[in-house]
Amino acid sequence: MSKPVRDPYTGRMTTGHEWNGIIELNTPVPKLVLLFLALTFLSSVIIWLLAPAWPGLNSYTKGILGIDQRTTLEHSLEKSAIKTAQWRTDIETLSFEDISRNSALLATVRDHGERLFEDNCAMCHGPDGKGGDGYPNLVDDQWLWGGDPETIMETLRVGVNSGHDEARISQMMAYGRDGILTLEQRRAVAAFVISLSSSDHTTPEDAETLSLGAEVFEQQCVSCHGPDGRGMQSVGAPNLTDDFWIYGGDITSIDNTLRDGRQGVMPNWDERLSLADRKVLTLYIDDLAQGASQ
Amino acid sequence: MLGKHAKLERTAIGFAIGIIIVASIGGLIEIAPLFTIDETVEEDPDMRVYTPLELAGRNIYIREGCYACHSQMIRTLQDEVERYGPYSLAVESQYDHPMLWGSKRTGPDLARLGGKYSDQWHVAHLLDPRSLVPQSVMPAYRWLARNDLDVSDMPLHLSAQKKVGVPYTDDMIANADEDAFGQANPDSEAADGFFERYGFEANARYFDGDRRKLTEMDALVAYLQSIGTLSEAASKNNEITKTIPDEGGAE
Repeated sequence: MSKPVRDPYTGRMTTGHEWNGIIELNTPVPKLVLLFLALTFLSSVIIWLLAPAWPGLNSYTKGILGIDQRTTLEHSLEKSAIKTAQWRTDIETLSFEDISRNSALLATVRDHGERLFEDNCAMCHGPDGKGGDGYPNLVDDQWLWGGDPETIMETLRVGVNSGHDEARISQMMAYGRDGILTLEQRRAVAAFVISLSSSDHTTPEDAETLSLGAEVFEQQCVSCHGPDGRGMQSVGAPNLTDDFWIYGGDITSIDNTLRDGRQGVMPNWDERLSLADRKVLTLYIDDLAQGASQ
Repeated sequence: MLGKHAKLERTAIGFAIGIIIVASIGGLIEIAPLFTIDETVEEDPDMRVYTPLELAGRNIYIREGCYACHSQMIRTLQDEVERYGPYSLAVESQYDHPMLWGSKRTGPDLARLGGKYSDQWHVAHLLDPRSLVPQSVMPAYRWLARNDLDVSDMPLHLSAQKKVGVPYTDDMIANADEDAFGQANPDSEAADGFFERYGFEANARYFDGDRRKLTEMDALVAYLQSIGTLSEAASKNNEITKTIPDEGGAE
């Protein structure tokens, strides 16, 4: 190592390192960088004083401002609650008819309802509310538990087979698994049920099968689905005479339903969604249905 | 001072030791006191433990790397509380070994997932996510429904959890494999023991809808339905988000 010398071109000292004739300049850290470093340190000292910072053995410095993430969150939630308080109170207190006549409130329902629906309902019922395999259509006029707004809102609150204390309970029995109906009887009643749907829904089954099916239907099905197969909203039994099938309307799907039973679950939203949110969703579904029928 | 630094830089081992000392200051000051500060973890005497089936499902959740795309940590931010529910508390993870907070959300946060959807939905969604959520990028996990669940080592898993502080009783550990079966077969004799040890409030259902066998799907769905339901501390603590009518689906 050679001795540090003054470099004649820059006027700075060298480090004294030399590699095959290449000498290293000992250029100091620029003043601006040191200044920023000092400012950064200073600003952290200020924040240490203002906000919670240094931990000790049993506690920590709380800071002069007395703020923390949780109270900050509470404040911002309070603020947004004040902003939405007016329409929330309106939605909670006004009747469904009054809300649907109020165009400003209806706009809020569409805006807020869309977000709620996407976050909570669309996963099963689809973004357009048309349902899917295992999930009912919300935009047709067929309802398992009733389609007036109060009933829809109650279904939202307690759910179906949801484990909620007041949940709506509905169960299609497992006629095959529990040995109530034979395969032949199940197939016959499935054919009969298909024949209920519509006149153009012809089945390959002969009249004998259909009359056996009708007999089985009379014995096993009418208590829930009604003598004419139009369902019963008090027990959530679907209408079998329309063309919408939650679990499929071909003979194999119906036979599967008859064999293993069905116990569809709709979660309850009593805890997750507020009263205003549930009412908004009810109105939103109604709005979706009207849009779909147009 | 600058002169001394030049000297330190020329001593390789001394310099390395210096770096280690400086780098550990942050950890010592920020992490070590958390073990002695009372506020770090809230108390919840009513918190329940994971059932053996849920724990098995949790192991599958880890095996399949679900945590890489899903967090289980609702932060104290307005938009998160409004979308997912009350923010997460430390106590909710006290029986999570290892914790599964995650650090990235390709999919949504799952901290309040338990009870939000039906078992059937979870099964269908794991088998074919796009059949239910057309824009989803989640892979399908079809083998879960085919693979039998191995419950033979569940007593060992429970006793390992007990060693790190989860209050499983000896009875729970000894019967862990039976209880895992019983929870997914509520009509079987094994269910009696399960209810005796974990109470009637515990979810006991045919989670995957298939009564004939106990699959990995049963376990994973049982776990997913348990997330956020072990402790009610978060919803109790977060009264503000419960009582005020807020945007979105906050509890």
